[in-house]
Amino acid sequence: MTDTASTALSDEAALAEQKRKEAYYTAGQLQLVWARFKRNRSAMVGGIVLLSLIGMGIFAPFLSPYDPTIAGRDKTYQNGAPQIPYFWDQNGFSFRPFIYSYTRSRSAASNFRWVSKVDEDKRRYVELFVTGWEYHLMDLHLDLPGDYFDINIQVLKSTTHLFGVDQGQIHLFGTDSPGKDIFSRTLHAIYTSLAVGTIGVFIAFVLALVIGGVSGYYGGLLDGVLQMITDAVRTVPAIPLFMALAAFVPDEWSAELRFLFISIILGLIGWPTLARRVRTHLLTERSQDYVLAAQLCGASPGHVIRKHLLPSFTSYIIVDLVISFPYMVLSETALSFIGLGLKDPVNSLGVMLQNVTKADVLLNYHWYFIPVIFFMALVMAFVFVGDGLRDAADPYGGH
Amino acid sequence: MSSALIKVENLTLQFKTDEGLITAVDNVSFEVAPGEILGLVGESGSGKSVTAKSLMQLNPGNAVYSPESRITLTVDGEDFDVLSLKTDRDLKVVRGGAVSMIFQEPMASFAPAITIGDQMVEQLLLHTNMNKKQAHGYSIEMLERVGISDAPTRFEQYAFEFSGGMRQRAMIAMALSTKPKLLIADEPTTALDVTIQAQVIDLMKDLVAEFGMGILFITHDLGVIAQTADNVSVMYLGKLIETGTVRQVIRDPAHPYTQGLLHAIPKLEQLDVPLTPVPGDIPSPLDRPPGCVFHTRCSQMIEGRCDTDIPTPTTLSEGHVASCFVAQYGPGGVAEASA
Amino acid sequence: MNGETPLISTKGLSVHFGLGRKLFGERKVVRAVENISLDIPKGSFFGLVGESGSGKTTFGRAILQAAPITNGTIAYNDGEVDYDIASLDKGDLKDYRKRAQLIFQDPYAALSPRMTVRDIIAEPLEVMGLTASRKETDKRVREMAAKCRLNLEHLRRYPHAFSGGQRQRISIARALVCQPKFLVADESVAALDVSIQADILNLLKSLTEELGITILFISHDLSVVAHICDHVAVMYLGRLVETAPTRELFAAPRHPYTKALLSAIPSLDPDNRGQAQKLEGEIPSPTNPPPGCKFHTRCPHVIDICRSEEPMLSQLGFEHDVACHRWEELFEDQAPAIVSAQAPEARPVPEPVPVPKPEPEPAPAAEEAPMAPEVLANELARMRRKSRIAITVSVIALLALPFACAL
Repeated sequence: MTDTASTALSDEAALAEQKRKEAYYTAGQLQLVWARFKRNRSAMVGGIVLLSLIGMGIFAPFLSPYDPTIAGRDKTYQNGAPQIPYFWDQNGFSFRPFIYSYTRSRSAASNFRWVSKVDEDKRRYVELFVTGWEYHLMDLHLDLPGDYFDINIQVLKSTTHLFGVDQGQIHLFGTDSPGKDIFSRTLHAIYTSLAVGTIGVFIAFVLALVIGGVSGYYGGLLDGVLQMITDAVRTVPAIPLFMALAAFVPDEWSAELRFLFISIILGLIGWPTLARRVRTHLLTERSQDYVLAAQLCGASPGHVIRKHLLPSFTSYIIVDLVISFPYMVLSETALSFIGLGLKDPVNSLGVMLQNVTKADVLLNYHWYFIPVIFFMALVMAFVFVGDGLRDAADPYGGH
Repeated sequence: MSSALIKVENLTLQFKTDEGLITAVDNVSFEVAPGEILGLVGESGSGKSVTAKSLMQLNPGNAVYSPESRITLTVDGEDFDVLSLKTDRDLKVVRGGAVSMIFQEPMASFAPAITIGDQMVEQLLLHTNMNKKQAHGYSIEMLERVGISDAPTRFEQYAFEFSGGMRQRAMIAMALSTKPKLLIADEPTTALDVTIQAQVIDLMKDLVAEFGMGILFITHDLGVIAQTADNVSVMYLGKLIETGTVRQVIRDPAHPYTQGLLHAIPKLEQLDVPLTPVPGDIPSPLDRPPGCVFHTRCSQMIEGRCDTDIPTPTTLSEGHVASCFVAQYGPGGVAEASA
Repeated sequence: MNGETPLISTKGLSVHFGLGRKLFGERKVVRAVENISLDIPKGSFFGLVGESGSGKTTFGRAILQAAPITNGTIAYNDGEVDYDIASLDKGDLKDYRKRAQLIFQDPYAALSPRMTVRDIIAEPLEVMGLTASRKETDKRVREMAAKCRLNLEHLRRYPHAFSGGQRQRISIARALVCQPKFLVADESVAALDVSIQADILNLLKSLTEELGITILFISHDLSVVAHICDHVAVMYLGRLVETAPTRELFAAPRHPYTKALLSAIPSLDPDNRGQAQKLEGEIPSPTNPPPGCKFHTRCPHVIDICRSEEPMLSQLGFEHDVACHRWEELFEDQAPAIVSAQAPEARPVPEPVPVPKPEPEPAPAAEEAPMAPEVLANELARMRRKSRIAITVSVIALLALPFACAL
């Protein structure tokens, strides 16, 4: 019925098909999860956005032309509007993007307010890989009580930045009232929020794993007591707690120390939710037949936990971690916004929004809100990725 | 053939999944007449539940029906094409109205936080024009009719307060309270103890006689079918491979799968006969064999015929139809009659 | 009894589960298994039959020490060792685990989804330290897999690649890899299709014969048990109702429950309809068993004594025991196939042997039985009614408070 050519082709196809099936049969848990995740379009988009934002955060000093702290402010361009580079204007086309110069003047006519006048003839060209302020890619100074515990980590000193301008300064997102570049601040803020989130989630996770794990595995009275503790911690109201902590924190503490402190506290109040999830997973898995089968072989609790219970909820825990992240970020933002969290020079979205409530800003300086878009993107990306992971994480479900 | 209550023609159903398009039901045709109990027998993966759900369009969203599929429901002389009904309002005729369904796991079919009585009344209010008081009274009557003692108290109770057998009976009461023309019973006795199973089967037979309904009885248990059904259809991997009266199919099975199934069932009357399983494993639905779907496990397979051509239903005797080349032509017969 | 010591011999075995915790008053107790004395001969394929609530699963688990034993003794004697399973110390328990294994009902829940088949089968060997090297483990795994008709390539796969029947074969391989002497098969074929069921049953039978294993086959399906077991015991609501060699039980059952059970099985003969003897009523709840004979509420031959006094196991024939007050008069027309050498005598059930065990403490929440939903549900319903009243009262009080203050 079929000639040899097409049999050969169909043989090849059959072989490929067989290989594909075999791959499916021998796929471990993580591979199956990844395969399903890849097929979820919104999750993949979220993942790409997330990775780019994380990249932006990590390389923030490289990407930002100016120092985001008060040291790098531009006194000549305070509360200035965003400067978008042009490629083309009435004076002709240019391969290099450029921005206009401006002159500032103040006079009685303008009610003694600084007024900028744009000079379209004087161009300032945008250059790539300029030399600018010195930075370290990772710079951690912790002045802990007691000289022995001080931590000083500095990685990769450099002065190169991705772009800059031949004269003066370029402010892609404008500046705030002291003249700090909002673009640079945004990138650093992303980094800070991610760092706070990471530390907080890590602490919450370790605590949740231990407490939830013991609670779920042993059950009985121990479970009851630990659950009461968990519920008690959960009901601690965040804002009064932070108000008390803000009052308690001594002024001598550096911004970085304060930042570490806030992260740890966020972790310490964030663990109950995660612990409860861990406990639930363990309670359901514990009564599964295969666990009993292992116990009937005389397996120790350690063995059962390691080989049966932990792998069974690794995927759920990863999902829980990813979904907890945005909560940490948003909590920190809220706290910093009302002044209880981070302060200058450490940058975060909350800090950047501290000055936003003035009528002046709301009416005139709308570029202050540009970082909000970044943060919305960050949180949404986390949520999409978390959802995608959750959908992909149970490849064995559905029996 | 308008005497048939429900007529299924060329039903083909596929599901869109991560692993591709899976054929769950392949060209299935059968009909149920009023007052008839049709047994649909098959093992897991045979597609019997999916077929039943198609009759009420209860399949999940990724179900794809082929264009030739047709399900015709005849109610009071009017014909409804079930697969073309789109809106929920149109489907109300079918779901719970003319057609009712009872499931295997009655605990899962009753809402746990609403009393049984409330659920029955809700069903009646939706499908009939009784008022609440009438519905209340009628529901209690139905509960008594199915043999639940102390019905007024039971009416106020929740599903978890009933035992397994009683729950199934309450489910039957609820399904029958709207006086459907067709009852689809999807493995109703599988989860029950054998002594309770006997009671429930008796109840269903009595109710059929009283209400004149047709029942589509889906199960994997041929013993239950032998005791209950008038006609039997056997399904394997989505195809209907044999149909006939209960006596024909059980006493004189034509298809090798039916024969294998009957040999594999432990019978109390034949304790000395060893159990012979049907060899091999049921193929994965991703892996449908070409030609006759059963040929990979068939001991009487004809090389060159069964593995390439799909057998069509052939009438072996009055009412007894099988899709099998061996049944059609005999064990040797390739040479006789062309396709 | 033939002279050989039985492998398992239980005397007065009882397993009770506590329900909930009450500070005052009686604590509700579910008597899942009550006073069972049963002998399982070495090398036999012993069937244990019952419907839901009969306690057969609990009995099987108790023998493996996977359920808490309230009373009674279980003697295990396989020729090498002699244990009382009800009071094993840690070291002996470890040894016992090598000799007794369990096969589960649900093939989908019995295999760890994140382990390869090879690891699943190798786990008992690795945990119990039965092999010296990985090579030896692999060799034994491969041998057992071959015996259970699993291909080598299957060993690399994960459980999600397999059908129910294949998974059950993996379960069997795992149970047998440590070479046990005793196997409990808890409804092992109930979740399988009929055509696969026969396959697994044949596999079990051939393996147990080849390896000389005694098997306790728990099932609700009498036809399966009839085909494959050589001795059958019937349980109802935690009590042993009848026990006999298979042929005799099915040819001449003497207990009304056994008779009803047999006739309720749907026959494959379409012309044999309506012959079944229908049992009225429901199975009583295990928390609230009827007094006297547990079956009297549904028995068509009930007399006064049945309602008040629980019948003892009487021996009516060779290895045929029945617990019924009227066993002598009922079904007399059926002559037992095997007549014993001894005259039928009433063998009283031995007193529950006082076990050197502390009083059963209120079992911690974790150990409460996997209850049938109704049992737990009754408690819930009661609690719910009480709490409904409490909530209503407190809401009204809360709402009335501001008004009261305003006055």
